[in-house]
Amino acid sequence: MEIQTMTTAELALHGSHHAPPKGLMRWLTTTNHKDIGTMYLVFSLVMFFIGGIMILLVRAELFQPGMQIMRPELFNQLIGVHALVMIFMALMPAATGFANWMIPLMIGAPDMALPRLNNWSFWLLPPAAALLLMPFALALFGVGSGAIATGWTFYAPLSVQDGMGLDFAILAIHLLGVSSVMGSINIIVTIFNLRAPGMTFMKLPLFAWGWLITAFMLVAAIPVLAGAVTMLLTDRHFGTHFFNAGGGGDPILFQHLFWFFGHPEVYIVLFPVWGMTPHILSAFARKPVYGYRAQVYAFWVIGVLSVAVWGHHIMTSGMSTGALLYFMYSTMSISLPLSVLFFCWIATLWRGAMTFEAPMLFALGMIVLFGIGGLTGLVLADAAADAQYHHSYFVVAHFHYTLFAGGIMGIMAGVYFWLPKMTGHMIDETLAKWHFWLTAVAFNVTFLPQFFLGLAGMPRRIPDYALQFTEFNMVSSIGAFILGAAQLLFLTVVVKCIRGGPPAPAKVWDGAEGLEWTVPSPPPHHTFQTRPVVGQ
Amino acid sequence: MSEIEQGYYVPDSSPYPALLAGGMFVLALGFALQINGEPVGRWFMIAAAALIGFVLFGWFGSVIAENQAGRFLQWEDRSFRWGMAWFIGSEVMFFAAFFGTLFYLRNISVPELGETQLVWPGYRGTWPTSGPAGQPFTPMAAWGIPALNTLILLSSAVSVTWAHWGLLKQRRAQLVGGLALTIALGCLFLGFQAYEYHHAYTELGLNLGAGVYGATFFMLTGFHGLHVTIGAIGLAAVLGRAIKGHFTPENHFGFEGIAWYWHFVDVVWLMLFVFVYWL
Repeated sequence: MEIQTMTTAELALHGSHHAPPKGLMRWLTTTNHKDIGTMYLVFSLVMFFIGGIMILLVRAELFQPGMQIMRPELFNQLIGVHALVMIFMALMPAATGFANWMIPLMIGAPDMALPRLNNWSFWLLPPAAALLLMPFALALFGVGSGAIATGWTFYAPLSVQDGMGLDFAILAIHLLGVSSVMGSINIIVTIFNLRAPGMTFMKLPLFAWGWLITAFMLVAAIPVLAGAVTMLLTDRHFGTHFFNAGGGGDPILFQHLFWFFGHPEVYIVLFPVWGMTPHILSAFARKPVYGYRAQVYAFWVIGVLSVAVWGHHIMTSGMSTGALLYFMYSTMSISLPLSVLFFCWIATLWRGAMTFEAPMLFALGMIVLFGIGGLTGLVLADAAADAQYHHSYFVVAHFHYTLFAGGIMGIMAGVYFWLPKMTGHMIDETLAKWHFWLTAVAFNVTFLPQFFLGLAGMPRRIPDYALQFTEFNMVSSIGAFILGAAQLLFLTVVVKCIRGGPPAPAKVWDGAEGLEWTVPSPPPHHTFQTRPVVGQ
Repeated sequence: MSEIEQGYYVPDSSPYPALLAGGMFVLALGFALQINGEPVGRWFMIAAAALIGFVLFGWFGSVIAENQAGRFLQWEDRSFRWGMAWFIGSEVMFFAAFFGTLFYLRNISVPELGETQLVWPGYRGTWPTSGPAGQPFTPMAAWGIPALNTLILLSSAVSVTWAHWGLLKQRRAQLVGGLALTIALGCLFLGFQAYEYHHAYTELGLNLGAGVYGATFFMLTGFHGLHVTIGAIGLAAVLGRAIKGHFTPENHFGFEGIAWYWHFVDVVWLMLFVFVYWL
């Protein structure tokens, strides 16, 4: 009898579902959270390399003063598209991929609450990437002048005058926005409605908490960005004057709208990482998470404050002294809940029986380097100091310490932590450790000199520079190429882990706690079709 | 068996989400080409609209079919409710961007333009304005058609609630009549708005290019009108389902979801009436 040879999981599958399609159709039509999570992660990895190659071209140009390998127009396009690709198409999809994979496993849910919506959220991303990048190709055929050339912030009035690449970027933003809002709604509904019996909110794993607040921020911030770029579109093509003083409008209005979205966006990128960090620290320190409640409350405080501090991005654009002081103090006050998180992370490690596998190394590296990003943020939040540092390389260094060290290195910690769970194979620990040390060192070689460049007065977004900045730029470019090359090791570890390796047990790491470690590695296609019950 | 009784309903693979994303891609691409003077974009947009229409029929159709087959019980119903509530929340933030723009312009940037006499000498910086370099226009009066439209939309909120009572009391005639009346009021509203736009363009000199007054007026009322249109289409679909007898007092999220949306659009209108037309 054929049916006797089927496993229970297959039986359950057979009882209630048609056989899923194979090949490409499986991925196009899937409603499974693990499939969709995998697609998000693969997409993110591809875009990470595309965005990386762009910025290596930029760093090659900046290796020496003078123009060597590209025209300034292309330089302007590359820096803006690099940022949009890295933020919207590498970091955010990576975090969403983990949300898809891990949140249902962590809270004992059979899948995401709205599985078809989930698939739509993912499949909006490749079209958005195509729209953003297509103007590069169109320009080769004489259509338009290339991609968006205003930097990722597309400030008016420059963005009102930019070429057709900007329209493509606006429409890409719209697709990305729909994707993010739908993805967020799905995550909120899943956490509200699909938690296993006994999984109260104060037992919710911190990764799910981090993502819940992220989703709240996305629902609040993304529609404002959509409104802002829509106004930009009508200013460009339909004769409105939102950002044109001749018609009574104000270019600064665009900056306010953009950063009302843009500041929460920083936490949108970082909260998923701050959520996964305590899981990793606790597993490798073999101690329970310290200060669970404090971390949840800190998430809430930062989430609420995030929509009230945007002015610190535009302190030099002109605002009243009262507004400057308000934005300065409100921004600095975010360091209080953030310090609570840092304190809890360190206290989780305190006197733990620590081991230093790759996920732990990346988590620790994230804490140290992101700490530098946070502290330099305090410097920039000071309205008087910011008048000096605004739009300098100091800012570039600062946000790479937050978004690369805090964001990407945190995501990599998550990849090494959870990949064995997803694939059923252990990672190549030696290569992964090499990857960490090369990344950590090369990252500092790349970005530490940029602090000094900024302090010395080098402006950002400039393809050429004064001779006095040459040495630091050379060091930074060399670091960037080592950093880029080190990521090939990352690709190697990931591909090797997918293709094979020592089998991973259900509980991949000794010290790891949580429902996701109770299912086999890799988990069956459908998990928790009968609801687990969470006890004390 | 019982997956339906004990488990959460996870739908089978579906072609619609990816098709919808593809349709939106072609629509965006066509639009970008069109506004940059590439007339081929128009054909992209027409093809995309057809595809998106097909997907909406197919996707909503399959969800309705699953509901009629009894796949959605209380647990699934709660997901739909939370989902719709948060979707409306995101829509609130979208309108908030435009209302925030209106407040910023009226209270901060336009008065400041009037104070800085260096660049635009003689500009007074009072609202309504088409800006220091703008065209002359007559602002829209509140107490004509806009007040009538307020009355119409408020009445439609009453009629949709009356239809809901009919549903709960299983009086199908009241449900169908209430829905039909709501849709009719919505269409009447849109008709008046179309007339108002025509009047503004042809007689008042008020158009999208009429400075920040024209921009905020048409973008706010325009996006609202678009939402009324979407709401009316949704109500029409629900009316069709009501005539077929789809809804029961226990299971009628389709009706409630669109009714919530309709109330949301109503509240947006009240804000518009107060801040765009009246004050």
